[in-house]
Amino acid sequence: MATGIKDKVVILGMGCSKFGEHWDKNAEHLMVDAFEEAVKDAGIERNQIEAAWFGTAIEEQHVGKSGVPLAMTLRLPYIPVTRVENYCATGTEAFRGAVYAVASGAVDIALALGVEKLKDTGYGGLPQRGRGALQNMTWANISAPGSFAQLAAAYRAKHRVNKEDLKRAMAHISVKSHDNGAKNPKAHLRNRITEETVLNAPMIAEPLGLYDCCGVSDGSAAAIVTTPEIARSLGKKDLVGVKALQLAVSNGQEVQYDQWDGSYFATTRAAAARAYKEAGIADPRKQISMFEVHDCFSVTELVTMEDLGISPEGKAINDVLDGFYDSAGKVPCQIDGGLKCFGHPIGASGLRMLYEMYLQLIGRAGERQRSSPVFGMTHNLGGFPSQNVSSVTIVGAYGA
Amino acid sequence: MANDIGLLSFGAYIPRARLQRKVIADANAWFAPALRGLGRGERAMANWDEDAITMAVEAARDCLSGIERTSIGALTLASTTHPFDDRQNAAIVATALNLNPALRSMDVGGSLRAATSALTAAIDAAAGGTTTLLAAGEHRLAKAASTQEMQYGDGAAALLVGRGQPVARLLAAHTETIDFVHQFRGRDRAHDYAWEERWIRDEGYMKIVPAAVSATLKAAGVEAGAIDHFCMPCTLARVTPALAKRIGIPEAAVRDNLAAVCGDTGAAHPLVMLAAALEDAKPGQRILVAAFGEGCDALLFEVTDALPRLAARRGVKGALARRKEETQYQRFLAFNDHVNLERGMRAEVDKGTPLTVLYRNRDMIEGLVGGRCRSCGTFQYPRARYCVNPACNALDSQDPQPFSDLSGKVMSYTADVLTYCPDPPAYYGMIQFDQGGRMMADFTDIDGSKLEVGLPMRMMFRIKEVDPSRGFVRYFWKAAPADN
Repeated sequence: MATGIKDKVVILGMGCSKFGEHWDKNAEHLMVDAFEEAVKDAGIERNQIEAAWFGTAIEEQHVGKSGVPLAMTLRLPYIPVTRVENYCATGTEAFRGAVYAVASGAVDIALALGVEKLKDTGYGGLPQRGRGALQNMTWANISAPGSFAQLAAAYRAKHRVNKEDLKRAMAHISVKSHDNGAKNPKAHLRNRITEETVLNAPMIAEPLGLYDCCGVSDGSAAAIVTTPEIARSLGKKDLVGVKALQLAVSNGQEVQYDQWDGSYFATTRAAAARAYKEAGIADPRKQISMFEVHDCFSVTELVTMEDLGISPEGKAINDVLDGFYDSAGKVPCQIDGGLKCFGHPIGASGLRMLYEMYLQLIGRAGERQRSSPVFGMTHNLGGFPSQNVSSVTIVGAYGA
Repeated sequence: MANDIGLLSFGAYIPRARLQRKVIADANAWFAPALRGLGRGERAMANWDEDAITMAVEAARDCLSGIERTSIGALTLASTTHPFDDRQNAAIVATALNLNPALRSMDVGGSLRAATSALTAAIDAAAGGTTTLLAAGEHRLAKAASTQEMQYGDGAAALLVGRGQPVARLLAAHTETIDFVHQFRGRDRAHDYAWEERWIRDEGYMKIVPAAVSATLKAAGVEAGAIDHFCMPCTLARVTPALAKRIGIPEAAVRDNLAAVCGDTGAAHPLVMLAAALEDAKPGQRILVAAFGEGCDALLFEVTDALPRLAARRGVKGALARRKEETQYQRFLAFNDHVNLERGMRAEVDKGTPLTVLYRNRDMIEGLVGGRCRSCGTFQYPRARYCVNPACNALDSQDPQPFSDLSGKVMSYTADVLTYCPDPPAYYGMIQFDQGGRMMADFTDIDGSKLEVGLPMRMMFRIKEVDPSRGFVRYFWKAAPADN
């Protein structure tokens, strides 16, 4: 009988490059930035790493395929390196591989590193790319903002929310993340904005304006994981344990079957339910101390907070406007600036979210530090509302 | 001619945008002030994702309203603007219409008589027992500031020709073939080159048409005065009434050539005018169709009692009523590749089509055929090996289910200005079909202000991608508002 991942693996060290438009750096530079910080934080030598998982999603824009770019860049000593890709859950997928390797007992210490170098396309936004030989022929002419914008249309229709109220809540989400990003020296966007700025911004995909969209950035993040015993033997005290690692992947029901109404993420609901069970969390609204969710677009964050069971369905607008998710609110969301402002180098994002949870849990979050957080939850949503990969990770004080 | 041979059904399609001729005249007044005299009314303008094939498909769908498609034994696509020189254009229409592959098919082109000549051939085939679906679509280009730009319109019509209970039976037909070149378009040329109008009128229309019409009337034993509807496309002013007078056809029988509301749809226009006549005609009336071009085709029909019993269709009237005024001449120029727009890097994506994939999935892509599960009845698109219903998931349980004629509603939508679209914003969203099944679809012919969740939609056959580096055009289906 499977017992889940709870507290079988702890984080030994983490690292994260500054995110942003690194015109002067290749992906390899950023990978080294993240790795150097992580390996020093872990207090180990690179030769102690026995296996590595490498996450990158749009590899054709930078490093190319396979695990080789990671092994070459970090000069890893002929160890197994697995390259993973699972849309925007790629970074989390790398982490999952490393954690499972340690939990299985196959290795003692494993590395997860994610990277993306997106600013070499010549234009703003994510790179335009094919969907596969057959899907190219049938898929609508979808961009990322356009696919998520549809959430807003369906959400408004279902919950009878008027356009203006939804836009205002979405604007608050972005204003909040900019406030948070301003306090984070590694964040891509560090300017504060006002609700008016958001509401008056140029439209990207109706109803999402420019400030409803996250930053497209270059960056890398890394985690080194091991068992609680080894971590202690290496002198670590406040251990951050992995409490839950869940992934749910669309099987076509949303996009092809008649039940889903377009207003929520079916995958996130499934992954969250399993994660709470795995972590032994009964009342997430009260028990989770902080969230880093996949705020690729403001409306995604709003809907996600319902799908994670924090805000009641159809009521996230109230929590958002009440400041429940603000940095000084009851349960802060995107305390590091989120995808919105920390930035979104796809393969690194899941690990970047964990980086903030880790810093908060060991009391190293500086200006952003919350008092005594216990559980932190991260969430990625890769793909499109109608067909996607959703990952949910819970970390927390070891033993909690 | 046997009593039971003729037109079994008809349909038409005119694209929704109507370019105001005044904006053409105004934009070109600095260069061609004489165009001002033509700057009245409007011309039908194909959307960026429409061509002779897509419009012919829509006209054919209109024609096949209430008709069993298995009866069709032959398909002809008439046009002077077939998108492909080598690749049968009619075969694309056949796949889009989900016609049985046991089908004679051909493209007919090369002349403004293409459709009427194909109609004559279809009548002959009917005598041999073959029912022919004849579709004609035309999307002619014209140089900026030319009279053709003013006179041409885009559109299509379709006829079902065969034996049975025709709505209009053929009385007689006659063709004169004379190499009178009033205009031509050479190989690899985009535009027509025309000679002086006065010569075309005096030596062309006024001499060649009477010869063909008179021979037809004589063969049928019908007096010219007994004609109720005279359908003859002609962009020259006052020529048709003058011809009618010369031949003896009553002035009241001369049909409007739709110049004010549509423009001349080239090879398709005789059929467009015939379809319009059938919408007005009463049993017993006689319709004369004449098409001029390197001679003249003339066909005489008599409307039967079957006409009022024909299933409802949009026809020319419905297509003309589905109208949106276009006042952006620049958009017309861009759609027809007359300006070199900066389309941005997002437009640079390779649009190549793997032909193996297209062939393997042709019914799914060109025919919009999905599946219907034999175990649980679930409609689904695309047809997959496992049923999508989570309570079923049966293996290999689906029969082909065409979705093209199913009605649906908007479930979610957006207007996207980030993604590359020849006519931004790109509208798309989830379509929920009323009988079940759904798909994320591109939308077309959209009024942004009217788009809302729940809006009724219908599927239309359109261009999905143009691959400029290889000259390929890929087609698919898009959702358009059902009632516009």
